[in-house]
Amino acid sequence: MESLYAITTGVLTACGLYLTLRGRTFPVVVGLTLLSYAVNLFLFSMGGLTTDGATIVNGGGEYADPLPQALVLTAIVIGFAMTAFVVILAMRARSEAGNDHVDGRSHDDEERS
Amino acid sequence: MTLLWIPLLTLLGMLVPMLSAHRGRRFCSLATAVPPALALLLVLAQWPALAAGEALRFSLEWLPALGLELAFRLDGLSLLFNLLILGIGLLILLYAHYYLSPEEPYGRFYAYLILFMASMVGIVMADNLILLWLYWELTSISSFLLIGFWSHQSDARKGARMALTVTGAGGLALLAGLLLLGDMVGSHSMDQVLASGDIIVADPRYPLMLVLVLLGAFTKSAQFPFQFWLPHAMAAPTPVSAYLHSATMVKAGIFLMARLHPAIADSALWSVTVSLVGVATLLYGAWFALLKTDLKGILAFSTVSHLGLITMLLGIGSPMAVLAALFHILNHATFKAALFMSAGIVDHETGTRELGRLGGLRRAMPVTALLTTLAAAAMAGVPLLNGFLSKEMFFTETLATPVLGGLSWLLPALATLGGILSVAYSLRLVHAVFFKPAQEPPPKAPHEPPRLMRAPVELLVVICVAVGLVPVLAEGLLAPATQAALGEPLDFHLAIWHGINLPLIMSLIALVAGAAAYWRHADLRRFARSFHPIDARLVFESAVQRLANAAEAGLAWFDGASLQRYMTWLLLATLIAGALGLAEMTGLTGEKGNQPLDGILLLGAGLLLFGGLGTAITHRYRLISLLLLSVVGLVVSLTFARFSAPDLALTQLSVEVVTMILLMLALFFLPQKTPPESSHRRSLRDIVLSGTLGLVVASLNYAVLTRDNAPISGFFIDNSVPGGGGHNVVNVILVDFRGFDTLGEITVLALAGLAIFKLLNRLRLYMPHSDGEGRVWSPDRYPAILTSISMALLPLALLVSAFIFLRGHNLPGGGFIAGLITAVALILLYMARGVEWAQQRLDFPYQPVAVAGVGIATLTGLGSWLFGYPFLASAFGHFHLPLAGDFELATAMLFDLGVYLAVVGATLMILANLGKVTTPHRPAKEPVESFTDTTTRPSKENT
Repeated sequence: MESLYAITTGVLTACGLYLTLRGRTFPVVVGLTLLSYAVNLFLFSMGGLTTDGATIVNGGGEYADPLPQALVLTAIVIGFAMTAFVVILAMRARSEAGNDHVDGRSHDDEERS
Repeated sequence: MTLLWIPLLTLLGMLVPMLSAHRGRRFCSLATAVPPALALLLVLAQWPALAAGEALRFSLEWLPALGLELAFRLDGLSLLFNLLILGIGLLILLYAHYYLSPEEPYGRFYAYLILFMASMVGIVMADNLILLWLYWELTSISSFLLIGFWSHQSDARKGARMALTVTGAGGLALLAGLLLLGDMVGSHSMDQVLASGDIIVADPRYPLMLVLVLLGAFTKSAQFPFQFWLPHAMAAPTPVSAYLHSATMVKAGIFLMARLHPAIADSALWSVTVSLVGVATLLYGAWFALLKTDLKGILAFSTVSHLGLITMLLGIGSPMAVLAALFHILNHATFKAALFMSAGIVDHETGTRELGRLGGLRRAMPVTALLTTLAAAAMAGVPLLNGFLSKEMFFTETLATPVLGGLSWLLPALATLGGILSVAYSLRLVHAVFFKPAQEPPPKAPHEPPRLMRAPVELLVVICVAVGLVPVLAEGLLAPATQAALGEPLDFHLAIWHGINLPLIMSLIALVAGAAAYWRHADLRRFARSFHPIDARLVFESAVQRLANAAEAGLAWFDGASLQRYMTWLLLATLIAGALGLAEMTGLTGEKGNQPLDGILLLGAGLLLFGGLGTAITHRYRLISLLLLSVVGLVVSLTFARFSAPDLALTQLSVEVVTMILLMLALFFLPQKTPPESSHRRSLRDIVLSGTLGLVVASLNYAVLTRDNAPISGFFIDNSVPGGGGHNVVNVILVDFRGFDTLGEITVLALAGLAIFKLLNRLRLYMPHSDGEGRVWSPDRYPAILTSISMALLPLALLVSAFIFLRGHNLPGGGFIAGLITAVALILLYMARGVEWAQQRLDFPYQPVAVAGVGIATLTGLGSWLFGYPFLASAFGHFHLPLAGDFELATAMLFDLGVYLAVVGATLMILANLGKVTTPHRPAKEPVESFTDTTTRPSKENT
């Protein structure tokens, strides 16, 4: 189970990173979202993978590690805020620069440079 | 305490001219002179105590962890230099009062001058290595300001820049050297350093330290091969040149060598290096002084030459040589300041400093001519003047020193050559300006300067003559200074006549041969012209230019203003760091084995892999890619649920919804497809890079998962109920234990919302009328089923969110999740009925909601201060309400309310504002995007 979990995190990371290396804004935003899933899964697993663990203190049973959970919870919300900011920035950049290249360059510039 | 006042008064004195500049020039000059004059009196008052050879100290702790203290000392050496700095400084002030024209910003000029004076006083009085260095840097900066004072002149700017570069670079070397020195001794205190000469010289790092310290001293004192900046610094106003280059700035390096003499000079390395550099500088400066035709240029090179002489004496290092060096410092400061001021007077009165255009001024300005002649004679070493005495001591020491072993005879020979040149240029200076008939009349009709402008020169020349005739006068000053520089008292007696001996013969040779050299100096100049002179400024400027170009090229290669390239660098660095860390591990799998797999896990992992890979592969078809991304998000939330994290699962689920709505909305305004633009090679490179990083992350994750970790969570689980009053540990951590983190995070959330609000302001967008395939959007804008369901759902959803919020402290839920549910319910309304409809009914701005949320959370935290608890401490208690029964209330609930409001406000601020962009008044419509043309242009067609 651990190896499968690790492989999944690795593949999601790789896919996210590949997308962040693209030259247009939207795939980069999608890539960042994908990457944040992978990072959240990674962070979450730092407490170990607990099946049917207790999260509510009721005096008994094996507890799932609550600390990574609390950290990831805020990370999810912040991740959303940052995704929103970046995607709006992308829209604004497109409106100002007239194209959606990450460097604000049009396709022609790209070929020339 | 008196000691502190000396540097403090001068430093505060910097403010005086700035505050008094508007009261008129006379007042300003007078007021400016007061603090240095007081400081000078304070110094003089300490003289009797110092004559006995004591050192006075004052120290205050400043940054003890860095070995830095505000420590000052006043010993014989500081006394000598303080008298020069403050005394000549006051004369310069008087002189500058007449020299500067009334329209120049004299207030600023005086302020720079006093700042410079204060930093010099600091150098000579610092009793701590680091403090000394601080003042050292301050002189570099203030001299930069002074040299570049006429900043409208290109010469002044370039000269200032060169001086700053050279002395600043030397300052860095000095810092390294002083830190090493402090490390060897184990203290930065000057006393300890001076007392630890044996330890220092025996240390294996001694050569390195010596080279670094000497680099600092040589650059500051314009020693060969760093002499080139000094002549260019002559672009400064003459009072500045007179001050910086006679008495102060360039003497700082000399001072440093004298100050550290007991600690670092006791080695062959010191003697050979310092004396050879000194003699090279002596000859270089003297030779070029003879060739220059500019009055200040001659003086500049002669300064270089005399600094070389002093350096050489310090290099020889015998007690008498050190005495001679200090004596020459005193003498050089007096005659050189006088000469610079005379040169300024000549320049001021005739309008030129070129020897070729001057001449015969003896008639127009007889007093100045006499004064200059006397000062120049002192410089040449004519008997009965002070320069003669120290020069003769210099000759004696070069004869006596065994520094160069069998080649030691070279030093007196070269010293005599230096003496010859010195006589020749001094003679030339006086003869060409005052006695030789003029070729043409000077630009202005010359006459004597104002009485008081000449007064400083007169005073200095009187000192030259007095010391020359009655050398005992200087003994009271030199005895304590020599004792401080040597670390032990020295019994000596200064005299004019020592009988006919070798040094006297050398002096006579210098005088006769020097006169002959001047007589034939036209031939010398012709000889010199056959070499092509190198203009130091051109070399320096082109070196700077080359460096800047190289830096620019390097930056362009590294930076290139391309996000993709930044990302590649960043990922490569991460890859290397991660791979190195993994390589150091003994084995990947830890002591814990794998837990068993089941079918559901396999299915979930399969879906995640399918979604992730699909998102990447189909990224050019943006809508499909986005849909696959949402698959990943959903399965991630299921994963959280599977591994005992219900709070996370709820959060991820609701965030997933808003993220997807957001991205869909954004995609509406962006091109629907990505044109193929990466080459295959580029794509392959990116795949390899991100794939390898994925492998590293997977390995790392696996390594952690199979190892036993020692979590700190036990504390949170144990204290959640007794300390935080809640059973849901995750929620208690968020609103209580780590409440400060959460406060920071909702602040970020609210800020992101506000930033987006501003970004959307006046955003001009082109709305496509069809999807990527060219299909026109459906005319059926608001589907009826959705419309009616959303209406029915709203109160239910709000109820659920209230429920989730209230139970959050004890069961999965809480402010974050409740806020997201509320936001989703409201957004559903927007989607079902359109922005305009929703806007009319939900007519309030969301910004205040988000801000209020952050405010409530902060106030809750601050509230605990009222009860004397630390920030964000929470209180809770059990209450009983009729009907509802027992329940628990905690202040954390109030904090959670803040979180709730911040989340609702920020989320709606983002989405509702983005949605508003879709409302009528569309700017224009955009042509369908094709693969080849992705740039957006104003509409060509109207639909």
